[in-house]
Amino acid sequence: MKTILVGIKRAVDYNVRVRVKSDGTGVETDGVKMSINPFDEIALEEALRLKEAGRTEEVVVISVGPSEAQQQLRTGLAMGADRAILIESDDAPQPLTLARAFLKLVEKENAGLVLLGKQSIDSDNNQTGQMLAALWGRPQATSASGIEVDGDTARVTREVDAGLEVVDIDLPGVITADLRLNTPRYVKLPDIMKAKKKPLETMSLADLGVEAGGDIVSSAFAPPEERSKGVIVEDVAGLVGALKEKGLL
Amino acid sequence: MAKILIIAEHDGSTLNPSAAKSVACAADISDAEIDVLVLAADGESVASQAAEIAGVSRVLVANNAANEPALAVVHAPQVVAAASGYSHVFGPSTTWGKDLMPRVAALLSVNQISDIMAVLGSHEFRRPIYAGNAIVTVTAPAESVVVATVRTASYKSAGGGNSAAVESLELDVELPTHTRFVELQSGSSDRPDLQTAARVVSGGRALGSAEDFEIIYKLADKLGAGVGASRAAVDAGYVPNEMQVGQTGKIIAPELYVAIGISGAIQHLTGIKDAGTIVAINKDSEAPIFEVADIGLVADLFDAVPELEAKL
Ligand SMILES: Cc1cc2nc3c(=O)[nH]c(=O)nc-3n(C[C@H](O)[C@H](O)[C@H](O)COP(=O)(O)OP(=O)(O)OC[C@H]3O[C@@H](n4cnc5c(N)ncnc54)[C@H](O)[C@@H]3O)c2cc1C
Ligand SMILES: Nc1ncnc2c1ncn2[C@@H]1O[C@H](COP(=O)(O)O)[C@@H](O)[C@H]1O
Repeated sequence: MKTILVGIKRAVDYNVRVRVKSDGTGVETDGVKMSINPFDEIALEEALRLKEAGRTEEVVVISVGPSEAQQQLRTGLAMGADRAILIESDDAPQPLTLARAFLKLVEKENAGLVLLGKQSIDSDNNQTGQMLAALWGRPQATSASGIEVDGDTARVTREVDAGLEVVDIDLPGVITADLRLNTPRYVKLPDIMKAKKKPLETMSLADLGVEAGGDIVSSAFAPPEERSKGVIVEDVAGLVGALKEKGLL
Repeated sequence: MAKILIIAEHDGSTLNPSAAKSVACAADISDAEIDVLVLAADGESVASQAAEIAGVSRVLVANNAANEPALAVVHAPQVVAAASGYSHVFGPSTTWGKDLMPRVAALLSVNQISDIMAVLGSHEFRRPIYAGNAIVTVTAPAESVVVATVRTASYKSAGGGNSAAVESLELDVELPTHTRFVELQSGSSDRPDLQTAARVVSGGRALGSAEDFEIIYKLADKLGAGVGASRAAVDAGYVPNEMQVGQTGKIIAPELYVAIGISGAIQHLTGIKDAGTIVAINKDSEAPIFEVADIGLVADLFDAVPELEAKL
């Protein structure tokens, strides 16, 4: 195929312990480390491996977000993507809007495969890939832990509640990456230098003819309920005693 | 009045317990009429199980050989056809529901509300974000259908004893053939199902090998418990992926959860927040798992676990 598109979201780094703002209007993001959503890094790694195996000519990374998302796109370019597209948008667009934007790019770029993460670790939606596949009228293989592309089809192993499900999909289509799909490569310094020269195109949702709308409105944010403080027991006998006290043995 | 359609997960013969939990969530919406949709090859038996769930008005069965094995791309257009006239369409936040419902939402031109943990009104809900580190109140647009997944760990199953009407449904929609099921690789086990077990024992990276993980199984068997694992234990190949507990594994709410040699990363804790009692055995007294444990034991698991098993 000619092109694989990869969606990259700028998100709070997965090591950060996120705190809700005291006034309940959101979560604290000032001065917090931002990274590529971990599932997206895995999606990109898979796309790069497909390119290295000669299954695609190019890999294009796409982010929808603030201009700072250029950092994550540059990281993607340093990993090995050929081009980047930033769709600038101040507020984080919701999955339906994202899916509409991705569909426009799919048509524009004549993509053979779109690789996304299975879920954003900030909004935890797990929707965008399925929505894109629906609007496109094409296959979706979500939560992939294995992908083999063979001509116009892909055999995808999916992590499901019952174990591993294997499906064949006709391409073009959408695949979303789960954690065990691969281990992303480290970026080396010379690659970062090289990435600075790679093309990064900026556009808006309006340029693509996409209007946001029908959004779900988030209002109050609250920290999760705290669990009450527990006890530390001295030894196994103490553990058995504590379980008996709670009526669990 | 809210008219709610619940899409039922099943394996061809048995209704998944997530259906009764989705009904419990739907029943929190005031003045709701709740129907259940069964998409199957031959869904009569599953439908009769769904008809027993308290609070269900009707069970609709759409039989089609293409419905099994369950593929989201095949189910979605049927759900859309069946959803006409409903104000809400709910599925479970199992891997099956997460695959299917956003496809349905997009075909209905709405965003989905993922992982409802509480109902505040017909269009207002609470859901977790940031791996459960924040709980947000969300409101769906008043004029459009609400498509959502229900965080099953937040709900107790609706009761039984009902005998709702079962009706068959003809869905005249074109089904795609671009996606084909090949196989399901599944490690079958006689142990209680992780997602519904009242007790779960999980092991982490500290177990060190598949052979040594045996001590977790032994303890679980003594307790009549299901067995789970951290991502590190799955990645290291000690156990299969379907045993992973956490943000990207299973979100569970057993009465008793025993975490052995698991550090307690936030992504793991997300999966056990609703457990009744959490027990942790870890040799590092600083391990974050002790911040959430109701009962903690600082010890080497290779000493403590066999000793505990012997004492039970
Ligand atoms: C996007 C994302 C999603 C993730 N999703 C999940 C998920 O769903 N589930 C999940 O579990 N993880 C998930 N993770 C991974 C998570 O961050 C942790 O890496 C993982 O949970 C660690 O597993 P562990 O506790 O077994 O291993 P470690 O963190 O290595 O902990 C091992 C623990 O064992 C203790 N120990 C060692 N030897 C002994 C002994 N002899 N006796 C007693 N104690 C001992 C140590 O003190 C330590 O606390 C995710 C990560 C990311 C980035
Ligand atoms: N703002 C964004 N920009 C680019 N890709 C995104 C964006 N939001 C989500 N995605 C992609 O869609 C996947 C699923 O996101 P979500 O549906 O929000 O859980 C992510 O892992 C990304 O690959």
